[in-house]
Amino acid sequence: MNPPIHRNPITAVESPAVGVTIDGLTKNFGPFQALKNVSFAVEPGEIFVLMGPSGSGKSVLLKHIVGLEAATAGRVLINDQDAAAAHTLERIRIALVFQAGALFNSLSVYDNLALYPREHRFGDEATIRDKVMRALQILSLENSAQKFPSELSGGMRKRVAIARALVMEPQLMLYDEPTSELDPVMSATISEIIATLKDEYHVTTIVVSHDRELALGIADRVGILMGGELVFLGPPASLRQPADPRIADFFHPRIDLKNPRFKNLET
Amino acid sequence: MKQLTHFLQGFGSAVQLLLQSARFIGTLPRQRARFIDQCYLIGYTTLPIVAILCFFMGSVLALQSGYSMENFGAKQFIGSLVGLSFARELGPVIVAILVAGRVGSAITAELASMKVYQEVDALVTMNIPPARILVLPRLAAVLVMMPVLAIIGNLIGWFGGAVVCKYVESIAIEPEAYFSALRRYMKFQDVGTGLIKAEIFGFVVVLICCSIGLNTRGGPREIGASVTKAVVVSLISILVLDYFVTKALM
Ligand SMILES: Nc1ncnc2c1ncn2[C@@H]1O[C@H](COP(=O)(O)OP(=O)(O)O)[C@@H](O)[C@H]1O
Ligand SMILES: [Mg+2]
Repeated sequence: MNPPIHRNPITAVESPAVGVTIDGLTKNFGPFQALKNVSFAVEPGEIFVLMGPSGSGKSVLLKHIVGLEAATAGRVLINDQDAAAAHTLERIRIALVFQAGALFNSLSVYDNLALYPREHRFGDEATIRDKVMRALQILSLENSAQKFPSELSGGMRKRVAIARALVMEPQLMLYDEPTSELDPVMSATISEIIATLKDEYHVTTIVVSHDRELALGIADRVGILMGGELVFLGPPASLRQPADPRIADFFHPRIDLKNPRFKNLET
Repeated sequence: MKQLTHFLQGFGSAVQLLLQSARFIGTLPRQRARFIDQCYLIGYTTLPIVAILCFFMGSVLALQSGYSMENFGAKQFIGSLVGLSFARELGPVIVAILVAGRVGSAITAELASMKVYQEVDALVTMNIPPARILVLPRLAAVLVMMPVLAIIGNLIGWFGGAVVCKYVESIAIEPEAYFSALRRYMKFQDVGTGLIKAEIFGFVVVLICCSIGLNTRGGPREIGASVTKAVVVSLISILVLDYFVTKALM
């Protein structure tokens, strides 16, 4: 089977969609093991949703894919290129929507989005303006173009971060909890954006999320990390009745007020 | 021993940053706007304190040398003394210290905050090297602005000396006499030496402050720690370099 073709929506240049292979990835921070021998592959053009409790190593895993963290053992390959090598980011456009947004605080919303196309010379200022305004419109931010990040709410920052990633026209799109601060309508919009990018442009996507609806709705496959270990890998359908009790607990937490943990809360 | 490895690590990352920035020199014409912004920040905003400090340094220098040269009956040489000390030594050192305190600290604070809040990580993933857009324009701007600041500092320092010589009764030297003494023993080389020193100090200060800022790790608390470190390392570097550069240029 040939891989699907990624078509750059602006230049119309076609290139094969990228695949990501995570091979025995282990990451230690001092004595602490954040990732334990994690292996899985994301197929070209696939939407892969990575779930798991907080602190289970999801953000750390994404950082390995963009080369911001170096593996203690194992490796990450993007189309057979080592993610840790500097030239990988020069050859493959990867956008990461950071969990905290990571907006450029000294730049306006507009300039946050325009920085990438300007630095990589996508075209003249009018072309860039069109692209930036289109991305802002998709996320209902057109009235905030001249604002600065410090003037935005948490959810708006998240949307700016997503818009900034869209402008990059990435071949590989990574979202770190994109809907965690958004209302249901906005969350639905994000799901739609993710699905559209896949259908029309074959953008390979990895979404880190706690949002079960989003996962079941758009994922081709789901992975679940717990304590740095991959405890589930498979199609979203098999999550409806998970066999593994740890996963069942994660989706349907039973809060038992008789549990000694809550002793001090009782009056 | 630990101090030594820290020093060597810091030195290594500064040199690395310099080499990385140098690779992007070709992008400077495209970065005109950033370069001009930085010239404004480094040059224009530092000018008022450079003016005030140099004026009073010149005055004090004239006052002190008036007092001590009185004994040798050499008062007419005050102009030469103030002129040469400023051009060769005080001008560049004072300007560099002010740039470290005023500009360097601001650079470290800004870059450290960008690092801590993952803006630098975002640039890296966007394949926009921080050395290119954050460091190079600042290094270029300081190279352009340091000689300007040093020349203005010299002129104001000389002028401060002249004011004291004229109005302090125990000295009472007319400006004509003061400036002719200043000119008589001043060679172009003396001013040139000073400008080279200013250039080296300013460049090293900005490089150190960028490097320490970008190497900040941890949370917001580390921003303050980085700023303190950057200013201290800059001041030490200025004075240590001063000795070696002076010796080399003699
Ligand atoms: N730079 C770091 N230094 C030390 N520990 C870290 C670092 N980054 C993450 N960790 C630890 O690794 C674990 C996984 O973190 P993370 O991937 O951010 O969790 P999440 O799954 O919520 O995104 C956490 O226990 C966190 O404390
Ligand atoms: Mg996280």
